[in-house]
Amino acid sequence: MTTLRDRAAIIGIGQTAFSKQSGITEHRAACEAIRAAIDDAGLAPKDIDGFVRYDIESNTELALIYSLGIPHLRFFAGVTSGGGAVCGTLVLAAMAIATGQARNVVCFRARNRGKRSISTPGKFGGGRPWERQPQQVADFYQYHTPFGLITPAQEMALIYHRHMHEYGTTTEHFGQVAVAQRTHAERNPNAVMRQPITLSDHQSSRWIAEPLRMLDCCLETDGACAVVVTSRERARDAQHTPAYILAGAQAEGPIHIQLSDYFTHRNEETGGRSVAKQIYEMAEVSPRDINAAMFYDHFSPAVLTSLEDYGFCKPGESGPFVAAGNIQWPHGRLPVNTHGGSLSEAFIHGFNHILEGVRQIRGTSTCQVENAELVLVTSSNTDPTGAVLLRR
Amino acid sequence: MSQKSETPVPVPNFDNAGFWEGCRNHELRIQRCCACSALRHHPRPLCPACNSSDYDWHKVSGRGTLYTFTIVHGPTLAAFAAHAPYNVAVVQLDEGPYLVTNIVEYNGTPLRIGLPVEVVFNDVDATISLPKFRPVKPMSGSAATLKD
Repeated sequence: MTTLRDRAAIIGIGQTAFSKQSGITEHRAACEAIRAAIDDAGLAPKDIDGFVRYDIESNTELALIYSLGIPHLRFFAGVTSGGGAVCGTLVLAAMAIATGQARNVVCFRARNRGKRSISTPGKFGGGRPWERQPQQVADFYQYHTPFGLITPAQEMALIYHRHMHEYGTTTEHFGQVAVAQRTHAERNPNAVMRQPITLSDHQSSRWIAEPLRMLDCCLETDGACAVVVTSRERARDAQHTPAYILAGAQAEGPIHIQLSDYFTHRNEETGGRSVAKQIYEMAEVSPRDINAAMFYDHFSPAVLTSLEDYGFCKPGESGPFVAAGNIQWPHGRLPVNTHGGSLSEAFIHGFNHILEGVRQIRGTSTCQVENAELVLVTSSNTDPTGAVLLRR
Repeated sequence: MSQKSETPVPVPNFDNAGFWEGCRNHELRIQRCCACSALRHHPRPLCPACNSSDYDWHKVSGRGTLYTFTIVHGPTLAAFAAHAPYNVAVVQLDEGPYLVTNIVEYNGTPLRIGLPVEVVFNDVDATISLPKFRPVKPMSGSAATLKD
C-alpha cells in the first residue's frame, strides 16, 4: 500500500525573532521567516511551487508570492483550525510532493499576538480574536459566549478540571510541566521567557480560569516560522541534515470543544489517540522508540493529555509520569518541548515546535537529546489535531 | 447587569429555534430524533445517530449533574469582567446531553463535580432566556449529598 511514509523531508527552517512587540506586520514577519527557510534549504524563491498555511492565517499565498517573487505556484491549501493545523500543514505538503503536485512546499505560520503588537482591523488582524466577539452570536458560540465562556483558557479549563476529577491529577502536575519547559527555555536564546521559575512560583501565580493559573498559559507572541518540504530524493542533496517525515496524520472528532462537548469522550477514541495509532502503524514504531516529543502546549496540562493519548503512559498516569522527571532534558525518559514550547519559547501557534523537532534531528537544539533519531511533533490535542514523526 | 447591552446573546436560527423558544417559555426542550428517539444537544439539522432530519423538541426534566466547571478570573470579555470571578459549567442532564451553563443560587455551597442541579431560567431580554442551573435542595439536608 502506498503511504506517506518517508516520502518527504524538511530541508529548510526559518523564523523571525520572537517578541512581545515586533514592530513589523504579520506580512513582513511571514516573508522574513519564509525567506530564511528558503535560504536554509539552499533554494531560491523560484524553486518554491507550493504553499500550505493555517486557514486562519492572515497572509494569503497570493500576497506572499508577490512579496517573495515566487513566479508560479502549483499547489496551495489551508488546514482547518489554528493549533489543530500545525502538523496537518506538513501532511498536506508531503501528500502534494508524493503525488507530484509540487516539488518544494513552504509551510508557515505568522502571528502578531503580543500584548502590544501591531493590530489591523478584521477577525484575525492581531491581538486576541475573542475580544472581537460580536454581541449577536449566530454561530455555534451562541451556546457558549452568552454564559461567559469566551477564551481558550476557559474552554480548556473545563476539560482539565474533569481530568483532575477522574484521575487525581493535580495543579502541581500542571506546574511541573511549566517548570520543566522553563528550564529548557533558559538555555534557548530564542526564548521570550528565560528567567527560572519554581513550582512555588507556579502555585502562587494568579488564576486565569481555575484550575489554570497564569504560568499554565502559553505566551502571546509576535513572530513567524516557516519550513521548506521537499521529496526524499531531493532531500539527499540538501545542505543540512534532512528531517524525514517518517509518518504523519490528522484526525477530527469526537472532542468538539467548541460544541459543548467537553471531555465527554475522553475514555473513548480521542483525536490524539486516532492520530497516534495512524502514525505508529505507518512508521512501524512504538512510543518507546521516540527520543523526544514536541507537544502542542497552549496550556501546560495539554502535555499531560498528549502523553496519555500518544501512549507514553496510561490514561490518568501522566501527572505522576511528569512528576518523576520523565519530560525533563537531559535525563528524562522523553524530553518534551526542549525549546521551552509555547509556555516559554514563543507562541507561534505551535509551528515553532516543528522547527525544534528539526533541530533535534539535525543535532542543533540548545537542549540536544543525544543521538535523537525519532522525534514526535503534535498539533493541539483537541479537535482537529494531527502529528508527524520526524526521523534522521 | 450594568453592561447588559454588551453581553452576547444568541441569534436563533431554523435549526435551533425550538430550543430557544423553550427557554423563552421556561421549559428546557432538547432536540429529539423522531426516527430513533435519540436526544441531541447542541441542536443540529440531522440526527448524528441515524441521520434522520425529522425531529421534535422534547421537554426534559431539567435535572442534571455538574460535569465540570471553571471559575473565570480573567481576562475575559468586558461584559463579563465586572462579574469575575464567575463560574462556567458543563451540566449533564439526567437524560444524557450536556449543556454549557452557569451555576446560580449556590450561596456558599462549594461547587463540586457531581453536584445535583436543576434548571432555572434567566430572562436576558424580551426574546431570549438562558438556561442556568442551581443546586437541587438536598432532601435530607445533609451536606454530604452535595458531594460527588
